[in-house]
Amino acid sequence: MQRIGVFVCHCGTNIAATVDVKAVAEALGHEPGVVISQEYQYMCSESGQELVKNAIKEQKLTGVVICSCSPRMHENTFRKAAASAGLNPYLVEIANIREQCSWIHKDIATATEKAIILGRTAVAKVHLNTPLTSMESPVVKRALVIGGGIAGIQTALDIAEAGFDVDIVEKNPTIGGKMAQIDKTFPTLDCAACILTPKMVEASQNERITIHSFSEVADVKGFVGNFTVKIKKKARFVDETKCTGCGLCTEKCPMKKVPNEFNMGLDNRSAIYIPFAQAVPKVATIDPNYCMMMKSGKCGVCSKVCSAGAIDYKQQDTFIEQQYGAIVVATGFNPIKLDKYDEFAYNQCPDVVTSLELERLMNAAGPNGGTLLRPSDKSHPHTIVFVQCVGSRCDDEKGKPYCSKICCMYTAKHAMLIREKYPDTEVYVFYIDVRTPGKNFDEFYRRAVEQYNVHYIKGMVGKVTPKSDGKIDVQASDLLAGEQLHINADMVVLAAAIEPDKTARPLATMLTTQMDTNDFFTEAHPKLRPVESATAGIFLSGACQGPKDIPETVAQASAAAAKAIGLLCKNSITCNPCVAHSDELMCNGCSSCEKVCPYGAITYVDKEFRMPDRSTKVRRVASVNPAVCQGCGACTVACPSGAMDLSGFSNSQIMAEVDAICK
Amino acid sequence: MNKNLKEQVLRSSGVNVLKCMRCGKCSATCPSYDEMEYHPHQFVYMVEKGDIETLMKSESIYKCLTCFACVDRCPRGVEPARVVEAVRLAAVRQQGGNRLEPSDIPALLDEDLPQQAIVTAMRKYAK
Repeated sequence: MQRIGVFVCHCGTNIAATVDVKAVAEALGHEPGVVISQEYQYMCSESGQELVKNAIKEQKLTGVVICSCSPRMHENTFRKAAASAGLNPYLVEIANIREQCSWIHKDIATATEKAIILGRTAVAKVHLNTPLTSMESPVVKRALVIGGGIAGIQTALDIAEAGFDVDIVEKNPTIGGKMAQIDKTFPTLDCAACILTPKMVEASQNERITIHSFSEVADVKGFVGNFTVKIKKKARFVDETKCTGCGLCTEKCPMKKVPNEFNMGLDNRSAIYIPFAQAVPKVATIDPNYCMMMKSGKCGVCSKVCSAGAIDYKQQDTFIEQQYGAIVVATGFNPIKLDKYDEFAYNQCPDVVTSLELERLMNAAGPNGGTLLRPSDKSHPHTIVFVQCVGSRCDDEKGKPYCSKICCMYTAKHAMLIREKYPDTEVYVFYIDVRTPGKNFDEFYRRAVEQYNVHYIKGMVGKVTPKSDGKIDVQASDLLAGEQLHINADMVVLAAAIEPDKTARPLATMLTTQMDTNDFFTEAHPKLRPVESATAGIFLSGACQGPKDIPETVAQASAAAAKAIGLLCKNSITCNPCVAHSDELMCNGCSSCEKVCPYGAITYVDKEFRMPDRSTKVRRVASVNPAVCQGCGACTVACPSGAMDLSGFSNSQIMAEVDAICK
Repeated sequence: MNKNLKEQVLRSSGVNVLKCMRCGKCSATCPSYDEMEYHPHQFVYMVEKGDIETLMKSESIYKCLTCFACVDRCPRGVEPARVVEAVRLAAVRQQGGNRLEPSDIPALLDEDLPQQAIVTAMRKYAK
């Protein structure tokens, strides 16, 4: 005979103001099997939990129903309380009479009636609850970091420092990401390469860090503590273990007309290339789209000059498989394409550039050796116009609805650096708002205005027209002066919006993590769990979660590392016991469940069965790996014969709940 | 502020003026800027404030070329040209209020003016 206790919470006035809690407790007291029904002001408080514990002991309860807030809030609290009083924690059910009742209803009578129904439903379910025991699952003490920009590097270094092995998967031939392309950093104006490259070297020299450059994540299986990841190492046609990075091949390569992506296509590189001098790993890569040997079979110069014998024109993509306990996503960002913004003439005029292109134009390792020259005629520009918010804060298909966050500051930086180096240059910045929240950020912007006399004009540029004399007419609003301006400029710099890297979307599917409509990864809680994804064991680092500057990225990278370390420290993790299981006698071997399982938890086995006529027969039946199953219930819905069932949410329990609601 | 007029302009334009983020790109791109007393961004803002009679009295409502550059380039999808047109309609559709009286025409005629222009003007502006 069941002995069930019902406990109704007031939640201060959160519930009690809309639900007559006394009436609920009274009504539920008459439900079959209920031996005690009480209400209390705060059931989650110490004394509220005592009430539950005492009742379990004194009344020898076999089941507990708590009518309170969402189970997401306090299910664990009450399960723990029940366990400490000697009751199996899975004999506790929560009826959500706050989020699903008091908060959404105004009328007391209606809300009270609904609260009673919800309570009655939980009582009906708890009648069929069975004690469940959690299993332990081991944690693989190795982490994977996807993306080798500053976010990925920082996360990997921190995890390695804590004593765990880390692999970095980077899709480009070198780690370093966007920060490697940046010239100076705001608001301190220190050189990006000077602070980044030591970290890149540190990552490559750390024995606990393995860098898989020119590689991609091909497949992810498993679950928190035990992911199996397939990594595709793309063929670079150079043996990484043999190449010494001497660079002789890149010098001798006769094909030198390949747009250099590291310099944003502003100059050319050879078909065999090392992206930049400080690349890590410093290994050459052959671009098969341009290599004459690969295309026509006539060349082979690099192979001849390589004393290490590292060139291998026949190299194939290879796959490696590795187990990981935690995965950190650090896929970063890219500036958006500006093809759709005809008004800024980006595609027509080489002297209209994006801010990232300007970084390369001003960089000592850039196409002009650090001298700012116009891309069209290599002349010194005397008037430069910066346009802010190109594609940011847009409510149309062309742009992005969010603020890209970093543009105000890097534009102030660019303007200041140009005025510092070339005082004869007039610099105009067209802004909608100048957004400088951050330590020393507004001071930095004011310095650009007050000390460097950068002309900040409130208004937007409407039209950019290249003229026949090589100049550029910039037509813009000066809203404070109330006039339309025409500036005869030499160069125009567009602060293009930033967007998540294109590889992020397919990766999110592989990792079963969520993304927002802009393809930024969604954090588990916007305020309280900003570096975890909603999928256990997957953490977020850097701009893949939202636009960020370098200090913020590094802070989040370290935070993600701390979370990953917290997981890797554990020898095992407690699994959710609410997992699927199959009734082998009912299973017809149709594979429907295997197809819908998002975690790969279901396999089919051939098993011998004894038939009614005492003969034996081999049948193909489903088998669930409880360590992999996450209890989503997809298989129970897909199973046509009703063989699949979910512990804690069995078909009979759910039907009992439905009956109780419809009574 | 004339609430009815504002309501009429908002309804006939179908524009949500509150979407404007005051960047001024509409006025930056406007080819008629120098001809106008009030500029596209001011139209949007003044309609938001409900100051529509001032706009109706201004010659600016006849200077908009309806080239739709502002509509195409507005980052917020506000469509300022529709606001200008709605204010113009509010002005020309006032009862009894003709922009052009037939008796005014002889004085305006010059011999280079094509016949069609006169007919068009009558169609557009006379009741």
